Amino acid sequence: MNLKELVPQKLKEKFPDVSFYISDYKDELTIKFDKKNVVSVCKYLKEDDDLQFNYCTDVTAVDWAKRKERFTVVYNIFSMKNNFRLRLKSDVDESDCAIDSVSLVWGSANWHERETFDMYGIKFNNHPDLRRMYMPEEFEYHPLRKDFPLMGIPGSLPLPKK
Amino acid sequence: MGLESYLKESGFITTKLDAIIGWARKNSVWPMPMGISCCAIEMMAVGDPKYDIARFGSEVMRFTPRQCDLMIVAGTVTYKMAPVVKKIFDQMPDPKWVIAMGACTSSGGMYRSYSVVQGIDQFLPVDIYLAGCPPRPDNLLYALMKIQDKIGKTKAAEFKNLPELNVIQNN
Repeated sequence: MNLKELVPQKLKEKFPDVSFYISDYKDELTIKFDKKNVVSVCKYLKEDDDLQFNYCTDVTAVDWAKRKERFTVVYNIFSMKNNFRLRLKSDVDESDCAIDSVSLVWGSANWHERETFDMYGIKFNNHPDLRRMYMPEEFEYHPLRKDFPLMGIPGSLPLPKK
Repeated sequence: MGLESYLKESGFITTKLDAIIGWARKNSVWPMPMGISCCAIEMMAVGDPKYDIARFGSEVMRFTPRQCDLMIVAGTVTYKMAPVVKKIFDQMPDPKWVIAMGACTSSGGMYRSYSVVQGIDQFLPVDIYLAGCPPRPDNLLYALMKIQDKIGKTKAAEFKNLPELNVIQNN
């Protein structure tokens, strides 16, 4: 059976209460769902014998700036068994800027989530070590947010004295 | 040829101490290769037989700052890297010189962004700004020759205002 039909079908059977929005654009399957189910869905996708999405390629986010649900967290995952790529999306609002961590499902998500936290300020609940990835630890801002100026905020990054 | 031709039979020459120290110093510049990104590749090429920095007496790239007197900052310096560069520069003994190699180091280059220092002269005393992205190896040799000129003209009186060494008195 084609993976593009199998993945949504199995997800709907396993999680009848969750609403999945499925899109197939340019031969890329994307599945969007509510953020509170992220860990259970990911765990199922990884551990199911037919699917085996055992590699988390990337975790990142999108800042929509003026949209009501401001951020979208994006997971790109890969099944080595089926040679199939899948994209998962979940909206996060600015007022409750947090989502559950999947770093206990895929180990590689640990650093990807740290990077996403650094750049967008989205907190990952239950993350084992949620520190900044790139910017200095005392830095207060999140550079990839749309309201962050390109040249940064003057004085926010101290330089050594001459 | 060389110094011997000036010595004649007597074995003596008359000169200023500044001149002889400057002459010795400028022909034995020991570089600290602060290779941070792609400019470092061109800096490595300077050491190879084709360009051969040994012709200028600078082939001893020291990987400890305590034995160097020329810092070649080769690559993009980010705000996170700046304290590290400064810390290494501070460990070099006086007198010391700095080459800002490449566009990024001199002015931020194409990285006009929040994370990159727009020119290392904001926290280091730069002697030579070297253009190019990255500069060719012969360009770096040219910068080295300019530094040699500068070192040769240095007088001891210029060093009297240097800060005193921080020697630890008590064990």
